Amino acid sequence: MACVSPDGKPTESGLAMLAALNAGKSSPEDIAAETGRPLFRVRSGLRELLGAGLVSEDGESFALTEQGKAVL
Amino acid sequence: MEEQMEQVVAMPRLGEKAPEFEAPTTHGMLKLSDFKGSWLIMFSHPADFTPVCTTEFMAFAEIFPELQKRGVELLGLSVDSITAHIAWVRNIEEKMGVKIPFPVIADLSKDVSTKFGMVHPGQSKTETVRTVFVIDPNQVIRLILYYPLSTGRNMAEILRVVDALQTTDANGVATPANWQPGDMAIVPPPQTQESAEERLKQGYECVDWYLCRKKV
Repeated sequence: MACVSPDGKPTESGLAMLAALNAGKSSPEDIAAETGRPLFRVRSGLRELLGAGLVSEDGESFALTEQGKAVL
Repeated sequence: MEEQMEQVVAMPRLGEKAPEFEAPTTHGMLKLSDFKGSWLIMFSHPADFTPVCTTEFMAFAEIFPELQKRGVELLGLSVDSITAHIAWVRNIEEKMGVKIPFPVIADLSKDVSTKFGMVHPGQSKTETVRTVFVIDPNQVIRLILYYPLSTGRNMAEILRVVDALQTTDANGVATPANWQPGDMAIVPPPQTQESAEERLKQGYECVDWYLCRKKV
């Protein structure tokens, strides 16, 4: 269920969340609704994507970084 | 002294915020706060690859869809490694045909089980007993069950208490002994003489002023 594999690349779950961000979703709740994944998994996944530099965070709002856009 | 220290480890109590943690699980690193906004049943089992625990995991998986309908997530825990958890849940799927859909904490450090008072040295110094913590969307502990190592849990009772807690919250009522969904609920006792007299006129089914029921 991890969103980032050990080599730093997003997994299928991670890619789905990045795609949701690319579609304009920015809150964990909206990303959960868009991807059909439980909210707790989205929150933990966003932390992983943040740690990998694929998303940025501004309070409760998340966005793709340039690195995140590049993997889509 | 060490034994005394073990006995005074803080135990979470009803009505208190559940202690935050971040722990490795079979679904990745999870924090308790990741579950904020959902009901959560967090439960511990003594050990992977043990018979009673295996029947319980299959039973939890069986009620998982019913819990989801009620907005409840499930989170397991034992003092085992991630590798052991993965091997066990794969074994349950392969041998018993039951997929385990919920994450399981690998609490080798006992950080989480200590915070939640899940290790009872009188039962085992190394394993967690069978605890159930029902945590509400505000992360307040609403119900705690403890079962010994030898007694598997009753899933119907776990669903029943979730229904009771959610009914209580939605309707401002209490639930009587052996309450089941659809049964009448208890109207909380009046706090003044005036309200005791008033309630008798409110259409409740009253045995006396202090014991009134209503449909919910």
